[in-house]
Amino acid sequence: MDQTPSTLPRQSWTFSNEINSEIRRAAATGIYDIRGGGAKRRVPHFDDLLFLGASISRYPLEGYREKCDTSVVLGTRFAKKPIELKIPITIAGMSFGALSAHAKEALGRGATMAGTSTTTGDGGMTNEERGHSEKLVYQYLPSRYGMNPDDLRRADAIEVVVGQGAKPGGGGMLLGQKITERVAKMRNLPMGIDQRSACRHPDWTGPDDLEIKILELREITGWEKPIYIKIGGARPYYDTALAVKAGADVVVLDGMQGGTAATQDVFIEHVGQPTLACIRPAVKALQDLGMHRKVQLIVSGGIRTGADVAKALALGADAVAIGTAALVALGDNDPRWEDEYQKLGTTAGAYDDWHEGRDPAGITTQDPELMLRLNPVEAGRRLRNYLAVMTLECQTIARACGKSHVHNLEPEDLCALTVEAAAMAGVPLAGTSWVPGQAGY
Amino acid sequence: MTTMANTQIREDLDIGLQPRTIDMAWTELRDLNSTLQAQTGGEWVIENPRGAHALAVGLQAPLEVTIKGSTGYYCAGMNKEAHVHVTGSVGPGVAENMISGSVTVEGDASQYAGATGHGGLLVIKGNASSRCGISMKGIDIVVHGNIGHMSAFMAQSGNLVVLGDAGDALGDSLYEARLFVRGKVKSLGADCIEKEMRPEHLEILADLLKRAGADADPSEFRRYGSARKLYNFHVDHAGDY
Repeated sequence: MDQTPSTLPRQSWTFSNEINSEIRRAAATGIYDIRGGGAKRRVPHFDDLLFLGASISRYPLEGYREKCDTSVVLGTRFAKKPIELKIPITIAGMSFGALSAHAKEALGRGATMAGTSTTTGDGGMTNEERGHSEKLVYQYLPSRYGMNPDDLRRADAIEVVVGQGAKPGGGGMLLGQKITERVAKMRNLPMGIDQRSACRHPDWTGPDDLEIKILELREITGWEKPIYIKIGGARPYYDTALAVKAGADVVVLDGMQGGTAATQDVFIEHVGQPTLACIRPAVKALQDLGMHRKVQLIVSGGIRTGADVAKALALGADAVAIGTAALVALGDNDPRWEDEYQKLGTTAGAYDDWHEGRDPAGITTQDPELMLRLNPVEAGRRLRNYLAVMTLECQTIARACGKSHVHNLEPEDLCALTVEAAAMAGVPLAGTSWVPGQAGY
Repeated sequence: MTTMANTQIREDLDIGLQPRTIDMAWTELRDLNSTLQAQTGGEWVIENPRGAHALAVGLQAPLEVTIKGSTGYYCAGMNKEAHVHVTGSVGPGVAENMISGSVTVEGDASQYAGATGHGGLLVIKGNASSRCGISMKGIDIVVHGNIGHMSAFMAQSGNLVVLGDAGDALGDSLYEARLFVRGKVKSLGADCIEKEMRPEHLEILADLLKRAGADADPSEFRRYGSARKLYNFHVDHAGDY
């Protein structure tokens, strides 16, 4: 027997098993991988920041005793009827079509109980979501599916979608499996086709046109509704400045961890900037224009906890929006469906083939049997609970920093654990006074 | 003359209350639109539009509106039930997202005429620029002259009738909209092909020509529509996009 020592088999870091499996999948099918969700790669995030808390020079507020306000008003610049929310956490745009009617209803129920807003998506407004959402933001998308002046007028705000964090520069995608009769009718498309909606608006290009488009929308709705402009995390300084120039009441900024119903994996993972990297440039644009807090900033993309909320607000946001986290609260990727995830070749927590319409949790599907698995009343209550916990967590941190309103959190309350996060967030590296990228360093 | 808010309305005494005139030389856009949007009917004349944007948008009743002159962007946007007549030319996005009613333009139209329209009839008596009927969703559009490139891009349903010529890439990536062109088509876009003109199409075309006041023989037109090859992605068709 040969006694020569052998080296252990060594996997390539460059050609990992995951990469090789994708090469084999691509070779077998000839089509790129499509999936839902946001970026899964590790990027600098809110976890890389810490709050300093109170000290001799900063005194805290008493938890459960001293008030820490969480209310936020959106749309104070031009709209006659700004939106008043009890908490600084909103529900991001997700379409009926991508989600089941029950899921949309649950989002409306949960958001309404929590005192916040929910948002339509690329497919128009359903009566269910209008009925169950006390405050509903109506997205104005390039596809204009189901767009009509009556729904514009019954919305509480209008969100002109220019970009999305998961795919800045990309349009919507809803594959044939989910284009049921009702979805097809709402979108004025044949049943069963792959619906790829446009990546840019059909009747305006550039900020000058957008200003006129917003004028038209305001004229149609009597200048009542706040107009949001949603941008993906591409060039946050300039996009925010141009949104303000175009007349936005609110800027919604979505980083690359923000989810999508379906798009190419290569798009999700390789286009756009992390949420953490986008906030300070956007806030600086508002400050440079003298519009910080006058044009409100909503940040989305990877918000999961009250700590994330507090950190986004401390960096200058007025509110945050959640999408993926809200779906998880409803029941998405719940281990209770593990057997069925296994049959689909995945596991709870990793399921992202939302476009296939076979969601065991009954959320990202139009299958009539699967969607019955989601009880909209119970799911709505779970969302409400989750929103309440996030709010309490955010207040806990704010009080610890001595703030009587969560909007009083500020970058000075933060430090960073990594050089990268310090540079992106514009706060000192922990234990130092060094802010990378500032003062010539 | 009566005054509603800051809107100056002149009533023509010869025919009672009709038509009523709003002079944009003296009227704010907000006052014009809020006045028109509040009406349930009647005839209205808008003078001195001076190329203003968003004129007569969001109307929601069967008004008869005549705009004497030329307009800017989005004239008669999201129109519902009203009949708007523009004696001059119009800027980009005339009758965008129209739901019902009609819009008639005596002159030319800039880009995106009738974009995303869900219904109603848009008539351009001159020429229409690029992307006419882009993403149309049920609107009928009749252009007496020519149309520019990328017209009917991603057009979902409805009819686009062109008495003149069509520019490059007509009907690129279109769905179920019907395109009728009497003149030359410079090129067809992805997945757009010429299709047989059957009797039912001639009937639709004749009706549209009549309603648009166009004196043309339906038999002189060719019909174009979707080859439906790109409805579901297949790698063999990736090069067609």
